[in-house]
Amino acid sequence: MQVYADNAATTKMSSHAINAMLPYFDKVYGNPSSLHSIGQEAKEVLDAAREKVAACLGCEPREIYFTSGGSEADNQAIRSAAINGARKGKKHIISTAFEHHAVLHTLQKLEKEGFEVTLLDVREGHNVTAQQVKDAIREDTCLVTTMYANNEIGSVLPIAEIGAICKEAGVVFHTDAVQAAGHIAIDVKEQNIDMLSLSGHKFHGPKGVGALYVRKGLMVHNLIEGGAQERGKRAGTENIAGIVGLAAALEDACANLEANTAKVVAMRDKLIAGLSQIPHSALNGDPVNRLPGNVSFCFEGIEGESLLLLLDAKGVCASSGSACTSGSLDPSHVLLAIGRVHDVAHGSLRLSLCHYNTEEEVDHILKVVPEVVTLLRNMSPVWRDLQTGKREYIL
Amino acid sequence: MALYSEAVMDHFMNPRNVGVIENADGVGEVGNAKCGDIMKIYLKIENNIIVDVKFETFGCGSAIASSSMATEMIKGKSIDDAMKLTNKAVAEALSGLPAHKMHCSVLAEEAIKSALKNYYDKNGIPYDKSQFPDCENCAHCHE
Repeated sequence: MQVYADNAATTKMSSHAINAMLPYFDKVYGNPSSLHSIGQEAKEVLDAAREKVAACLGCEPREIYFTSGGSEADNQAIRSAAINGARKGKKHIISTAFEHHAVLHTLQKLEKEGFEVTLLDVREGHNVTAQQVKDAIREDTCLVTTMYANNEIGSVLPIAEIGAICKEAGVVFHTDAVQAAGHIAIDVKEQNIDMLSLSGHKFHGPKGVGALYVRKGLMVHNLIEGGAQERGKRAGTENIAGIVGLAAALEDACANLEANTAKVVAMRDKLIAGLSQIPHSALNGDPVNRLPGNVSFCFEGIEGESLLLLLDAKGVCASSGSACTSGSLDPSHVLLAIGRVHDVAHGSLRLSLCHYNTEEEVDHILKVVPEVVTLLRNMSPVWRDLQTGKREYIL
Repeated sequence: MALYSEAVMDHFMNPRNVGVIENADGVGEVGNAKCGDIMKIYLKIENNIIVDVKFETFGCGSAIASSSMATEMIKGKSIDDAMKLTNKAVAEALSGLPAHKMHCSVLAEEAIKSALKNYYDKNGIPYDKSQFPDCENCAHCHE
């Protein structure tokens, strides 16, 4: 049995999305900027895809800009708000300590350019509160950018509350919704979201295509200069097949949101309950406000990469925030941000499910994870020290 | 998985000499949990020959494989030969390690040297201190 439990990394494309894309490689292959009929046919398809995405988010089609993915959308949103803010002398940005690197690294760059960044603490409840955002807003704050849901530990942030606070304070609010889009109901108007990033391959669409929603009236600045595509805000001939695939996948995900959520949440909760039985382990992330498919644990006394390799050998594809899986010496910044110490953060496991997973697969995971944890603990000098009292348990 | 060679995967999946030697003649432990890898080597030495060796490792796949390979390479050898084991030899025996995993083979070399130093110290055998790396500040961990 091979179980794919790494859906937060990427997802299998749905046959619906693949079939939707196929005609746009060799049948309707025109350039939407061309005046002839083949080009104009592609233009119509592009417009239709934009309408579908807008309908899923509760915005107008003209507020959607297609990009190469979530990272580009995050970069463009944050850069745009920073440029707009700087023009008014506002150079303070609020974000959180557990953002994706697409956001954190963009903010680090802006800091070097003279912006001041406040990263909200996420240790309490492995989440942020709207009150924390409110308390951090200053006269010179030009942007609040918080993820909708965390990719590693699954915490879902209080987006509507943060949106309301930002609206009241007159501060632009961007959310990196890469993990949320297609998995959680989003309504940008109701939730007072000014900008939102999403990525096609996180909800069974294709890789290499994403979208940025920007509320009408907000100035968007180009990352990529060139032709007048995407209302002049994102140059480059449109990835028509990719955009069609993204729109089809998002439409599908939104139409089946309730049924998929019910199925995935039940599997997630069974996994969390089962893995919690492993001694000296801890669930990472908000236990209540949580992505439907996210299961994240730390197991004391073992290291994550060896855990992943052994799980892979037993047919479970998962992920970890250990240093050895990142290629750096430090474990995941997300695990450190929620207060896990290095020793424990190295022993993390993320399982991320989708509606293609089955009960049988969950049972297989529940069988092999405890076996592998025990195997590794039995060869770990750290575990021996913990067991013999030479070292104190953290979890 | 293409990340590692077949030899690494073999020693990781079927590690040789895992365990503890009670009343070992030499014990060495290097690395720290903060960095994500710790290796502990136990030696049984008779007439200057390493008659048994066991290891315990907390770490990634290449750390476990390096420990396993290193113990195989010194088992039955004289302590002088064991002192000559280099991290390069361990990595080569494993058909190579990815560049960012080379420190795992360094740890294996250091763990063995640390266990040998412990043996020398316990038995009052004189040795050249410069042969032993300063594991308190070893290069693999910059914390």
